[in-house]
Amino acid sequence: MSNLPSHARVVVIGAGIVGNSMVYHLAKLGWRDIVQLDKGPLPNPGGSTGHASNFIFLVDHSKEMCKFTLDSVEQYKELGVFTQSGGIEVSRTPERVEEFKRRIASGKAWGVEGMHLISPAEVKKLVPYLNEKIILNGFYTQGIGTVDSLRAGTLMREYAQSVGALQTFANTEITGLPVENGRIVGVETNRGNLRAEIVVIACGLWSPRLARMAGAYIPLTPAVHQMISVGPVPELMDTVGEIKYPIVRDMDTNMYERQHGSDMEVGSYAHRPILWAPDDVPSNEQAALSPTEAPFTQADFDPQLEQALELIPDILGNEKVGIRYAINGLLSLTPDGFPILGETPEVKNLWSVAAVWIKEAPGIARAVAEWMTHGNPEIDPSGSDIARFYPHQKTKTHVNARSAEGFNKTYGIVHPREQWASNRNVRLSPYYEREKNLGAVFYEAMGWERPQWYESNAKLLDEFGARVMSREAEWDARWWSPIINAEHLALRERVGMVDLSAFALYEIQGAGALDFMQKMAVNQMDTPIGRVTYTNFLNEHGGIKADLTVMRLGKNHFRVVTGAFDGARDKKWLTDHLPDDGSVTLTDITAAYSTLGVWGPQARAVLQTIGETDWSNDAFSFGTCKYVDFGTVHVLASRISYVGELGWELYVSFEQGAKLWDMVYEAGQRFGIAPVGIGVYGTTGRLEKAYRLYGSDLEMEFNLVEAGMMRAKVKAQDFIGKAAYLKQRAAPPAALLCSLTVDDHTSSSGVKRFMQGREPILTLDGGPIEDARGRRSYVTSAGAGPSLGKYILMSYLPPEYAKVGVKLKVEYFGEHYPVTVASVGATPLLDPENKRLKA
Amino acid sequence: MNILVCIKRVPLTGGKISLTTDAQAIDTRLMGFTISPHEECAVEEAVRLVEKHGGAATVLTLGPVDAAEQLRDAMAIGIERAIHLESDGREFDPVATANAIVEAIRADGATFDLLLFGNEAADTGDFQVGVRVAYALGLPCMTGIKEISVNGNQVTAKREIPGGWEIFDAPLPAVITVKEGINLPRYPSLPGRLKAKKKPLATTQPAWQDGGLQKIKLLNPPEEAHQVEILGKGPEAAPRVVDLLAELGLL
Amino acid sequence: MILVYIEQDRGKVNEASFEALTLARQLAEMSNAPLHASAIGSASDALVARLGAFGVNTLHLAQHAQLNEYAPAAYAQSIVEILNAHKPDAAFAAGAERGNEIMAHVAAKTNLPMAANCVQAQTGEDYVVTRLRWGGSLLEEAKLKGATKLLTVAPNSIPAQAAAHAQTVAVDAFTPQLSENDLRARVVARVETASGKISLGEARVVVGGGRGVGSAEGFKILEELADLLGGAVGGSRVVTGLGWRPHADQIGQTGNRIQPELYISCGVSGAIQHMVGAKGAKHILAINTDPDASIMFKADYAVIGDLHQVVPAICAEIRKRRG
Repeated sequence: MSNLPSHARVVVIGAGIVGNSMVYHLAKLGWRDIVQLDKGPLPNPGGSTGHASNFIFLVDHSKEMCKFTLDSVEQYKELGVFTQSGGIEVSRTPERVEEFKRRIASGKAWGVEGMHLISPAEVKKLVPYLNEKIILNGFYTQGIGTVDSLRAGTLMREYAQSVGALQTFANTEITGLPVENGRIVGVETNRGNLRAEIVVIACGLWSPRLARMAGAYIPLTPAVHQMISVGPVPELMDTVGEIKYPIVRDMDTNMYERQHGSDMEVGSYAHRPILWAPDDVPSNEQAALSPTEAPFTQADFDPQLEQALELIPDILGNEKVGIRYAINGLLSLTPDGFPILGETPEVKNLWSVAAVWIKEAPGIARAVAEWMTHGNPEIDPSGSDIARFYPHQKTKTHVNARSAEGFNKTYGIVHPREQWASNRNVRLSPYYEREKNLGAVFYEAMGWERPQWYESNAKLLDEFGARVMSREAEWDARWWSPIINAEHLALRERVGMVDLSAFALYEIQGAGALDFMQKMAVNQMDTPIGRVTYTNFLNEHGGIKADLTVMRLGKNHFRVVTGAFDGARDKKWLTDHLPDDGSVTLTDITAAYSTLGVWGPQARAVLQTIGETDWSNDAFSFGTCKYVDFGTVHVLASRISYVGELGWELYVSFEQGAKLWDMVYEAGQRFGIAPVGIGVYGTTGRLEKAYRLYGSDLEMEFNLVEAGMMRAKVKAQDFIGKAAYLKQRAAPPAALLCSLTVDDHTSSSGVKRFMQGREPILTLDGGPIEDARGRRSYVTSAGAGPSLGKYILMSYLPPEYAKVGVKLKVEYFGEHYPVTVASVGATPLLDPENKRLKA
Repeated sequence: MNILVCIKRVPLTGGKISLTTDAQAIDTRLMGFTISPHEECAVEEAVRLVEKHGGAATVLTLGPVDAAEQLRDAMAIGIERAIHLESDGREFDPVATANAIVEAIRADGATFDLLLFGNEAADTGDFQVGVRVAYALGLPCMTGIKEISVNGNQVTAKREIPGGWEIFDAPLPAVITVKEGINLPRYPSLPGRLKAKKKPLATTQPAWQDGGLQKIKLLNPPEEAHQVEILGKGPEAAPRVVDLLAELGLL
Repeated sequence: MILVYIEQDRGKVNEASFEALTLARQLAEMSNAPLHASAIGSASDALVARLGAFGVNTLHLAQHAQLNEYAPAAYAQSIVEILNAHKPDAAFAAGAERGNEIMAHVAAKTNLPMAANCVQAQTGEDYVVTRLRWGGSLLEEAKLKGATKLLTVAPNSIPAQAAAHAQTVAVDAFTPQLSENDLRARVVARVETASGKISLGEARVVVGGGRGVGSAEGFKILEELADLLGGAVGGSRVVTGLGWRPHADQIGQTGNRIQPELYISCGVSGAIQHMVGAKGAKHILAINTDPDASIMFKADYAVIGDLHQVVPAICAEIRKRRG
């Protein structure tokens, strides 16, 4: 073995599919002086890649994951290691038949081709050994196939080596990851140390262990996926090559059956979650097979045997066909099911590419390599950004609880609003007990328990009658209540109070604070003290990085307010750009302040009775904030609204929160105040006002012009992404974010249906809509507009369709519903002049 | 014919074995378990003999509660019933093991035409339990066997020696300890697995005894790095390869 | 007295017996006990002289017409008679196939404990022995009881070494009393290993090909080598997956498990699932271009080079030697 060099520009740790894909893409993007290390031998160093079943199904409800997968398949094809076999998901329950329609819709939205729903007889024709009598139908996708992931890895390494970019060292174990001044400076190994500017951890389920060496966290857990291989199957002995028959996923039993040469592999996600600790995974020397092929636990698989036998009776029921290989294959699970990508928030230049499956690895590696190179990956990886995690989400308790809960949902029918059951009540606002007493139904936002609606508001249903737009279909009404719409109307017509304690709050202070904020934000930050500004952060390429409000509290004192789902990522973005000279500090005061929103036509009347200030329009205009005493409670009141109503956000120190709640609640009684949940704040209220939500309507792949958020003027000061932004403004947008309304909800069976978001928008003849940059139109947000009596969808549409009055269709559970473009850009459907807001 | 196969549950180890802190056992917390390899072949041989000559095979083990797993494994490939001598976790030495087996055979009451053992257990490597059982039951015994053929009341057994075989002959009933290579054990089928769950398994708890070979502690031998001997580069290595073939007696 | 059984088969002595003898002598010297040997049948002058050189002063030679062919119980009976007559402190044999077998019979006949495959022993009322477990992957320190300690000595663990002072050997020939039961199981014949075309599972030589073979045609040279050696040809899962060989030829966890004397792997990376199928091979010779490939960590011998050149060269060399 040759000697390690003393220095590298970048060290990639791991030679599984992820590490190999990383060195390939870094080399392709021009990186040189790359060193790749793995403690195991090549080509199979012993990680999860080595025992992967290596098949790729294309459709995923997540756009990000689906796009990574489609990109990966293209790359595998280019490498010549992809075998297209087709694949069929089969249903055993009516719910699954419905789910397939939804999967087709997601596939259409993300650009998957060749999808068909087929009858049991057609399934049988494609897979003759399957018992079609127990299935209801099949969801066939032509482009599904298998890949030789070890071969792909070898080819990728060889490419990087051939351009002189890479040296790979197998059988080299990392013993330390030294950090100086918060920056990774190299790696220590059993064969010597080397200095490096950047280190990429791509070692699958060992990643948490590696990250801890540097003081960082990669919150995943090794977990078991059971797989058996039976053979030799007489019926398959004469097939040529690796695979001839389509891969079958038996969705309702959480299993798959895949022909592999003369064998049949049966895998399961149905068994109890079996989690391992990274430190318990044996070394290559200790392992009977490989470190990640753990001993098979027969009892866990037993219940699956009969189900597998039912579906594939002839082959699996043959007593001559033996179970030749059975493992508890270890793979990585994360608390939210998404990969863990990007630079760690704890250590500069230490990157994670973990919890990545074969099907998406090359696509993800390309995105991360782009991210490392220029910060603007073509496919937005924000959902998988390692910076998304809050501290409690990095704890073992949380990781294990959620990973275990998520495991059995691998093939599950998961409702977009479905809530986690485990590890709840970890972040509670000061209002929590009061909310509970009011019958709050709590939904979780990054640990925070937030009322989605209040059962105590059920009395409003009678008052508002049909205006609450009840839902007939169980799916549409799942994880939902008409009370949300009743609360909406109560707020619009009287006044509501909303718990916003989940806001992430960052104080930016110091001599350089103004300059810093100018650099970060698109909007002018040099505003009068007491001004509240809604603004965005862009990356250098003009991609939207954040969507938030900033209060100017002093000459060099700003408070950044952002949503719980984005707060941790936004914090990293801000922190990354703080000047090195210490002239600006960021203080996380999320836990110090709770926030109560009070909105509605009566908001001023309520607050006037308790808050000691002049609440009039002249004295307290929209977009300003000031300190107000509520008796003994000192409150920062900010006149702004995400529901488009007159009202204020009241920031109060955490320990006085409950007292403020009581004051507002009591004072509000004679004005008919209602506690209002996030169902209104996050959906119905904002949709009527066409307010965008980061992660749904706004993301890096779309720009501010397309989002209809182009400001009238561009500030003179420089800011990140300004040059790109100027270019975006000068060019005609490829798509525009529009509000659409559903013209007719009635399905073919006469049931009124309500879309839930992420559905494809189609032309009148049912074809997909694609913009000039190849992006398909889909519903970015969906929800009721009870004050309008309309159901609202938002979608990016190419300019030819982005015109008020244009008729289109939306696909929902296999049926097409007529929709009309109701507004283009940021123009709201309700109160376009913002009279309510500025009342 | 009626056959009894005695098997042992052993951990499925990789190359490097870790011990518990008290050095009394292998640290098996994260290990899988299997039937000791020679005995796995004995199970297969029993199934084949029954397939050929009729009758039924019984599997017996002395081991902890979890050893029932290995009994089910044996039943999954065609053994009819199982006897589990459940230990309290302590290791039985070869004398104690043989005594417990003999006692169980007598208690069971069935008459066995053939008792199959592994030549030696993978873990303890005592090379004697089968022989001791044979003497206790007054039966002839053949060890290290790689081929068995039954002809009426006689059994012929082949043992491999350098360059060939020696052939043993003995009357039935007899004890035979077999070696890996006698057959390729089949894998359980799915239906076999399902059937095994319903087959009878009788459990008793034999008393532990000191048979005169008492473990003090286990220790890891000094580590020897695996060294591959490079015979050469390219076609020039051919003569050395052929030397090797000659050395191994393969030319 | 300490007794050592010297194993011989038709005049050929098992060298491991002298290793056992070496350990036994060390114990005998420590406890000042005389060292005796036992053997079956006849003893050549050379053997007697060598035993003397190893410190043996008495050879007990069991002679009986029924001992001409191997019968383990009868052989053991010969030793049991010496045990009964001389009450040795310990009896040793080589931890070879027969040594272990005969000693197990002795143990069963005398109802004494026995420790197989020892590498060390300390005398005392109870012996403390160190013995092999897991085929040598692990050692056990154990207490061995019994009026006579019965031990076998693991082959290749103690180098055979003559004594500092040679002894004159007294040969004590005797005729053991054999019962009918002692002769029930015995060797009745011997046969040579048969040759001919055989399956992967049975072959003494297996030539396996991996991706490095390059094509279905590439296997021709592997076939040629296998034919020359009377072996069989197999392939990795990659190879059957690519359709270069039929599925029936796959070596691996999900294919054939092989147990040849020698597995010649050609252009095989050494994937775990493949190696599991090949773990029964006594020796592995890898022919591979990559000295860092996994196969190198499993192989006993390797040729670094392109199999397309190396394999024909080996075939040519075999032909040359065979003339």
